[in-house]
Amino acid sequence: MYDFKFDPVFAAFDQLLLGAWFTIQMSAMAMVIGLVVSLFGAVAKTSGIRPLRWIVDTYIEIIRNTPFLVQLYFIFFGLPALGVRFSANEAALLALVVNFGAYGTEILRAGIEAISRGQIEAALAIGLSRLQVLRYVILKPAMRTIYPALTSQFIYLMLGSSVVSVISATDLTAAGNDLNSVTFASFEVYLVVTAIYLVLSLAFSALFAAIGRSAFAYPVGR
Amino acid sequence: MIREFGPNEIIFIAMAIRWTIALSAIAFVGGGIGGLIIALMRVSDRPVLRALALGFIRLFQGTPLLMQLFIVYFGLNIVGLPTSPWIAAGVALTLHASAFLGEIWRGCIEAVPPGQTEAANALAYSYGVRMRNVILPQAARIAVAPTTGFLVQLIKGTSLASIIGFTELTRAGQIISNATFQPFLVISTVAVLYFILCWPLSLLARRMERRFARATAR
Repeated sequence: MYDFKFDPVFAAFDQLLLGAWFTIQMSAMAMVIGLVVSLFGAVAKTSGIRPLRWIVDTYIEIIRNTPFLVQLYFIFFGLPALGVRFSANEAALLALVVNFGAYGTEILRAGIEAISRGQIEAALAIGLSRLQVLRYVILKPAMRTIYPALTSQFIYLMLGSSVVSVISATDLTAAGNDLNSVTFASFEVYLVVTAIYLVLSLAFSALFAAIGRSAFAYPVGR
Repeated sequence: MIREFGPNEIIFIAMAIRWTIALSAIAFVGGGIGGLIIALMRVSDRPVLRALALGFIRLFQGTPLLMQLFIVYFGLNIVGLPTSPWIAAGVALTLHASAFLGEIWRGCIEAVPPGQTEAANALAYSYGVRMRNVILPQAARIAVAPTTGFLVQLIKGTSLASIIGFTELTRAGQIISNATFQPFLVISTVAVLYFILCWPLSLLARRMERRFARATAR
């Protein structure tokens, strides 16, 4: 019978929590910067300017049809050959931003396309100011449309960020790798690390659902 | 000695694509069987089965694929199996695909109009007959596009098997990169090969999705 050795893992639990905190910070930062990229992408894609659309489409197709791991290797090992050098954590963040940007662009584009022209005209006709139209007729319904996709994309991003440990960024999985090389209790270490990821993703899902309920709790007529 | 990045190196990397395809195929077939079981459990009349399937899906959708690979890899030893990248990657990706396909297919089964189930019940069909001859054939039509989309995810996911030492496309690239010191060229080649594998599937999935949306539009 295998003798489970969880004691040394829990003795170093604070290290894992530190890694988890890094994972949260890195994911949140990647999402915020990635959203800016996505906004540019979505505006460019819906602008009607052909070359811009082609560039954005190419970017999206390349990112969505190659593995994140290969994108990460390209940025961390490939780009230095061209003289662009990043630290492990910078490369990790950049790879996450570039990856999120592609998926985010498609989500935001759907949000922009869902805004109905007639609604805007109706709002202006009943005397809402342009600012009010932007806020209540364009942004809020668009946010409501993209919110579920955006939040689940954040969870994917956070779970996918586990891969950045291979270039020795200092995330939760990397904290597990360090602990593993000291305790040799591989199975136990990764079981606990996995449990932390599960708690993180369940907690964020619950948090996003609660925010969504309170922010978009108005009825829609269809 | 530093090797050139020449035709032989490109062939070495390109040949490794068969292991990526083989691993994807194993996970897709295994995950297809597992996914069908999970999907049927999710729409079952028994709350216990539904809860078990939901727990399975939450577990695999709420943890990183890399951790799933690690746990299976290091866990093989504990259950008395030899630690082999093949077995670990095959088992982990099969479980992973089972959870995702199970959730996708549950949606497809539930998208079949309830009148079909009622009609089958009115004809006193057994559960097996109703599923096999009435519900699943209709659900399968809805499922083709999202399943193809997931296959792309799965192929990309097999790249993580390189981290536990499984020599597929990504790992072959690393080996050549270490021997030639040409990481930019080598990783670009690897990326192009993945793209050639995944892009047609993505296009196919999107085309089927659009055609299906048109066919069901009222």
